[in-house]
Amino acid sequence: MKKNNLKAWLYLLPAILFLGVFMVYPLIDVLVYSFEEGYNFASQEYFGTGIYNYSYVLHDTYFLQALKNTLILVIITVPLSTGIALLISLALNSIKPLKNFFQTVYFLPYVTNTLAVGLVFMVLFKKTAYSEGLINLLINALGFSSVDFIDGPYWAKMLVTCIYTIWIVMPFKILILTSALASVDEQYYKAAKVDGTSRGRIFFKITLPMISPMIFYLVITGFIGAFKAYSDEVALFGTDLNAAGMNTMVGYVYDMLYGDSGGYPSYASAAALILFSIVFTITIINLLISKNKVHY
Amino acid sequence: MSTLTNKSTNKSENTENDFDKIEKRALISKRIRLTITYIFLSIWAIVVLFPFYWMILTSIKSYSSYNSEHMPKFYASDPTLKNYADAFSAVPLAKYFLNTLVFTLVTTALMMVVIILAAFAFSRLSFKGKNLLFAFFLALMMIPNELVVITNFVTITNMDLRNTFTGLILPSVTSVFYIYLLKENFEAIPENLYKAAKVDGTSDLKYLVKVMLPISQPTIVTIIILKVIECWNSYVWPRLITDDENYYLVSNGIQEIRENGFGRENIPAMMAAVVVISVPLIILFLIFHKKIMNGVSRGGTKG
Amino acid sequence: MKVVLEHLTKKFPNRNKKIKEDVIAVNDFNFEIPDGKLIGLLGPSGCGKSTMLNLISGLETPTEGKIFFGEDDVTKLPPENRGIGLVFQNYALYPHLTVEKNIMFPLENLKGDKKLTKEEMKKKALETAKLVQIDAYMERKPAELSGGQQQRVAIARALVKLPKVLLLDEPLSNLDARLRLQTREEIRRIQRETKITTIFVTHDQEEAMSISDMIVVMKDGLFQQMGKPQEVYNEPVNLFVAKFLGTPPINVFKAKIKKEKLYIGEAEICDAKNLSDRDVFAGIRPEGVILNPKGRLTCKLDRVEVMGRDTSVVCTNDHATNDILRFIIPAENKIDEDDKTVSFDIKPSKLHVFDAKTEEVIKL
Repeated sequence: MKKNNLKAWLYLLPAILFLGVFMVYPLIDVLVYSFEEGYNFASQEYFGTGIYNYSYVLHDTYFLQALKNTLILVIITVPLSTGIALLISLALNSIKPLKNFFQTVYFLPYVTNTLAVGLVFMVLFKKTAYSEGLINLLINALGFSSVDFIDGPYWAKMLVTCIYTIWIVMPFKILILTSALASVDEQYYKAAKVDGTSRGRIFFKITLPMISPMIFYLVITGFIGAFKAYSDEVALFGTDLNAAGMNTMVGYVYDMLYGDSGGYPSYASAAALILFSIVFTITIINLLISKNKVHY
Repeated sequence: MSTLTNKSTNKSENTENDFDKIEKRALISKRIRLTITYIFLSIWAIVVLFPFYWMILTSIKSYSSYNSEHMPKFYASDPTLKNYADAFSAVPLAKYFLNTLVFTLVTTALMMVVIILAAFAFSRLSFKGKNLLFAFFLALMMIPNELVVITNFVTITNMDLRNTFTGLILPSVTSVFYIYLLKENFEAIPENLYKAAKVDGTSDLKYLVKVMLPISQPTIVTIIILKVIECWNSYVWPRLITDDENYYLVSNGIQEIRENGFGRENIPAMMAAVVVISVPLIILFLIFHKKIMNGVSRGGTKG
Repeated sequence: MKVVLEHLTKKFPNRNKKIKEDVIAVNDFNFEIPDGKLIGLLGPSGCGKSTMLNLISGLETPTEGKIFFGEDDVTKLPPENRGIGLVFQNYALYPHLTVEKNIMFPLENLKGDKKLTKEEMKKKALETAKLVQIDAYMERKPAELSGGQQQRVAIARALVKLPKVLLLDEPLSNLDARLRLQTREEIRRIQRETKITTIFVTHDQEEAMSISDMIVVMKDGLFQQMGKPQEVYNEPVNLFVAKFLGTPPINVFKAKIKKEKLYIGEAEICDAKNLSDRDVFAGIRPEGVILNPKGRLTCKLDRVEVMGRDTSVVCTNDHATNDILRFIIPAENKIDEDDKTVSFDIKPSKLHVFDAKTEEVIKL
């Protein structure tokens, strides 16, 4: 076929233009920012270059708090949500009537506005002057004393964050795992059944290896997603996450950029790059493990 | 001889009995397993649906009855729509709604044009540096939004585009992932169709509009729906780029309502607002749930 | 419209980037296709037939050489200005359009004074649909048609603009055996009725021979032979053409010319006047033998297959290049299957001799 260079570039021009301005240039720029010391947003001047921004961020208690929160969130929600999703998918795959109904219901949180439903969670968990909140009443009924999950102790806030995060990420995981399970060839199961293989053995020797690529995919995207947590926390605790002690790394970046402590793009850039390098490293580690463990 | 036959009949009777037992046992254990499975699935369905139920329930309780219920009731004793009226009158919910609609429609439309043109160039035109450029595009897929948001914020601020629709829209009118998805789809259309059209003197643009787009319609619809969901729920960028209420989208609006609207304690009105901004997407989902779930399982991720 | 190809050559860069040398898909092609004829372009897969068609249609531009339609040089003309119709192996129908819309599609591209009104387009589409007998299905989508019907739609779409040249790329290979026979008669009929110069690409020699006015045989991008099907069959210019045409295939033996006589092994087959001594290949068409116990060619008998009016004698010979030899004799000739050997006389017109090195034909 003939080369039509000019025409092709014309078709690509809008995409290249937008990607260039809003993706490639910022990528270079964020690096530059992160090494410019004492950058002043108003006058757009800086004093010198160096790693001061990084050291500032790494010594900032808010950043360390955000890092801690994010790590706890990642470590708790990723395995838990993947595990529960696997259980649910297995259950879904073993039934016929109502399967589509359940599948559709389970996917509903995916299309909802995180901020909006977050408010509902807040209402459910919050203890106010008027009401203990539904969840606390439930806890009372079980014979424990109520806790303020929204303005109370750290572990309680972390708990409700984890619960909400899991609720939010579940639809995607269930969907991916159910389709992975459904795509395992029925013949393997038939063959195993004829041989009298026990259910546990079928699961660990056939099902799990067959869907292991998808599980690893979910773990990796789960890690990446959890590291980027932000709006779920905003929904639960409001925009001033530092005050609530529930900030995340992404939240820290945005707060540095704009917001109450606002206007330090250099610190924001340094923090964003630290975040990115953590995510990148973990993704690489994950990939290396999956190469050894995944049988496909 | 006769004893032998006898024995064997006996034996077969025995095994028959065994079979019966095994069958019964298998049936019972199957029933138990199924029951447990359905209970488990129902519990999760309740976990998923309960927040939705609660928000609708709360939104139709009157302010006074909500606050008088120390023990929240699972039904509304005197359902009222007053909260909905409040949601629209006490805070500019209609304005947020309209803003989001404009933002969503314009962003999605612009993005469709950009990605369709790019996907067409990658899939059907041959030009120098095509493979290199495409590899570069794919590499961009790995860049998290969080990394580029900082400069984009500065860029938009410097261009004096804060609190404008332009500033809200521009950074999100391309998506490498959707270009990739569409390109794959376009490439699945047999090349001979393109040749046939060329022989008939069809221009590239006409071929794209009259042949490729109709054939790829399912994928295009999926992309549109996913993008609409993404736009409707976007929070971070609008929050950075708007501080004028006149340009708030629903997500920022809901946050604003939470912090300043209604008074912090008017939960029923707040829930009414939550219902209002959730409803369009839930309707979209009910209509297109197959397409949406299909599209997402083909590689979409949230956000 | 006659079609003339002059020194037509097409090279592609090698897919394996380490190899610098280009792949030559079409190599220095020269021939003239007379006006109004149906030409079968024949060769094994990968011989450059499709490239050839793409060159004539203008979808590819030649590396060297010229293409003429009539007296006009169309080498550099884009496909839409050449006035050609093209039918693909997998039909390439637009799946989202009805049969009628598919046929009308080329007409919608006409511009300027050629532009047609909607009614004219519909009328033309219907006329063409009638010609290929698909007019009963105008409102259906391609997926609702059988393979043969889809092929007719594809032909109608190619014909609706009244092309000067109709190009068919393996048009029958996606059809089942029965439909293939039927559709090929159909193509013949349509070509006769429209008198449009038609080039028909196929790897199936039987297909090409049965409907073409002329066939062109190519191999590895090189022109081999052109002529009426029977001429090419009877007088192949080289071993490749001889082997490629005819089912069952020609039986080939390693042979020698010695002292102006042709030998297969020790058996003297016939005279070879005025020819110097050399190694040759001797090809004998399956139908080229007469059963004779004292015949000059003796083979080991393997089995005899009687099929109605013919008998197929399957045998082997140490000097044959084919693993098994197959000769066809009239069914009246009786052979005892228990015989160890069978002997034949050879019809001179069915014997072809080729040089062992060049594989070119040698006239006896």
